[in-house]
Amino acid sequence: MTEESPEIDAPEIEEAVLPVKSAPPAEPAADMPLLRIEGVGKKFGNFRAVDRLSLDIRAGEFFALLGPSGCGKTTLLRMLAGFETPDEGRILLDGKDIAPVAPHQRPVNMMFQNYALFPHLSVRDNIAFGLKRAGMARADIATRVGEMVALVKLDGLEKRKPDQLSGGQKQRVALARALARRPQVLLLDEPLAALDKKLRESTQLELMELQRRLGMTFIIVTHDQEEAMTMANRIGVMDAGRLEQVATPRELYEAPRSRWVAEFVGDINLFEGEISSREHHRLNIWTRLAGTIVAAEPRQRVTQANVSVAIRPEKVKLSRRGPVSDAGTSQAINRLEGVVTDVSYLGGLTVYKVKLDSGAVVRSSMANTARLDFDAYSAGRRVVAWFTPDDCVVLEQ
Amino acid sequence: MSARNIFARPARYAAIAPYLWMVLFFLVPFGFVLKISLSQTAIAQPPYLPLFEFTEGWGALKAAFAALSLDNFRLLISDNLYIATYLRSLVVAVTSTLILLLIGYPIAYGMARLPQRWQGVAMMLVIVPFWTSFLIRIYAWINILQHDGLLNKILLALHLVSVPVVWLSTDSAMYLGIVYSYLPFMILPLYATLAKLDPALLEAASDLGAAPLATFWLVTFPLSLPGVGAGVLLCFIPIVGEFVIPDLLAGSSSMMIGQTLWLEFFTNKDWPVASAAAVALLLLLVPPLLLYDRLQRRTLQGEG
Repeated sequence: MTEESPEIDAPEIEEAVLPVKSAPPAEPAADMPLLRIEGVGKKFGNFRAVDRLSLDIRAGEFFALLGPSGCGKTTLLRMLAGFETPDEGRILLDGKDIAPVAPHQRPVNMMFQNYALFPHLSVRDNIAFGLKRAGMARADIATRVGEMVALVKLDGLEKRKPDQLSGGQKQRVALARALARRPQVLLLDEPLAALDKKLRESTQLELMELQRRLGMTFIIVTHDQEEAMTMANRIGVMDAGRLEQVATPRELYEAPRSRWVAEFVGDINLFEGEISSREHHRLNIWTRLAGTIVAAEPRQRVTQANVSVAIRPEKVKLSRRGPVSDAGTSQAINRLEGVVTDVSYLGGLTVYKVKLDSGAVVRSSMANTARLDFDAYSAGRRVVAWFTPDDCVVLEQ
Repeated sequence: MSARNIFARPARYAAIAPYLWMVLFFLVPFGFVLKISLSQTAIAQPPYLPLFEFTEGWGALKAAFAALSLDNFRLLISDNLYIATYLRSLVVAVTSTLILLLIGYPIAYGMARLPQRWQGVAMMLVIVPFWTSFLIRIYAWINILQHDGLLNKILLALHLVSVPVVWLSTDSAMYLGIVYSYLPFMILPLYATLAKLDPALLEAASDLGAAPLATFWLVTFPLSLPGVGAGVLLCFIPIVGEFVIPDLLAGSSSMMIGQTLWLEFFTNKDWPVASAAAVALLLLLVPPLLLYDRLQRRTLQGEG
């Protein structure tokens, strides 16, 4: 920065000298994302792993690629790292096509699913591996390794070999090794899959904290929707090589764009039906299994008559007796009568399965807000399951 | 009684089996050889003295023990012929093992990189020569290498040489024979370790900025060292004692220890000196074995 030109005036120099560590890297052009994936496709034999996919990722974002196994998310990540070559399309990093750049020359680093730590090297040498390849000076390497060790809290373990570490420690070494080169983009392939639940949760928080502090762009691949929801700013849900929806966690959960997304992300009750009439931003939808359901009309106008109504279980409340007061929240309330068939107590909440008279099953999850709940519904009890029109998501078939 | 105890007993017996084998077929025969090596040559049947005669009682046995001598070992050290043979055996073994490693490593590496279904085929191809007797294969080489053999015919036909080249009874022929015969023993352990190598490690190296050659020297090669050690030992040890190949393919100007043993034992009928030579050969092989054992242990500790 200081080499630029001799005639910079004083205030600018001062600014240039300021540490820029915590700030996200400044974008050259505001409209140009850090990473642009344009119509990228990849086939393995006859299998289309990634199908003409386009996606923009901004600098400083924590982006999650979420999907079931075999959806192409890992293939996409490997194309970003350079381990696979796209059959079609372009990948632009900072506006430059990285197709001709070999993996060992890309300014991205990857944290591998099973960590891929070098078993013959100590923790210190694993972390220093990439720095040595970059031709960094010995003293600088020592400093950087020290920083990384402190960053991931591995102090005192520098001399250990990977086989003398626990799963969580290995995960940290892998993270430190991938971060050591300060890549423009850090790719994480199922980074927490090998950890137990408790450790996974705390590590999720640490990863988020780290990403925010470093201002680095993280792209994580995961099949665990809770993990993606917890950590990412934005999530791209993938299925069969395509992006089904790219949205914030909240949008994804509350306004899924397709039935597939609604079913993949979280639990959901679905009723197929037909729009019978519209009035005051309300749709009356006749369903075979739940009769007429009144749903709020989505912002995007529904053009088809055949739709599915989707209601998240926590939006479905149960009550013992018939008509429920709707207390002005909305004029109409959907009521479905049935019998509780199954009660699963999960600690914080309880999930009830209610079999409607039509034979359909509605799931309702209710928070256990009181320690002693004498009103809990037991199996065999007849109840009313209810939800408001605003709780309904209308999805085109 | 825990479940573990049910299996403990048979397991303990099974663990004895290799020791029993070693005692019966290595230590006891080695005891005989050691004893003969400490005896004196005699024109008798068997051709050495003293003999232990258990029928003559304790006194005779004690006398026999007293008669044991280190003369044969002194002979081995004092006679340049033996020292030269040992040295030549070592030189031949080291040279051929190095050649084997240089040829075997790329082959094993290539095999490990083949698509899964071709790896089995490649493995078969490596093992197939074993289906023909070792002696027949060496005789086949004599046929190929002799004055009017296949190799000279081809070289003459290609006008690479104008007169037939002398191949047979040269060191080149011997090295050729040794490398040809021992190559599978080098390839198989190398292939076994290289095939186990996690490809993600190579990707990780590349991801961290290592060019392909650097990846090989920094990751692949160090991780294949156990295979290198096993292959080197599997070749080096039998080559040191090799008898058939140098006898049939090399010239008669210098001998390897295996040939000397044969000579002493069958031509000179000097069992004690032959036994002493055999014992000395074994002692010669102990240091590399110990070294390998140390290396192995270190890898195990690194992993455990």
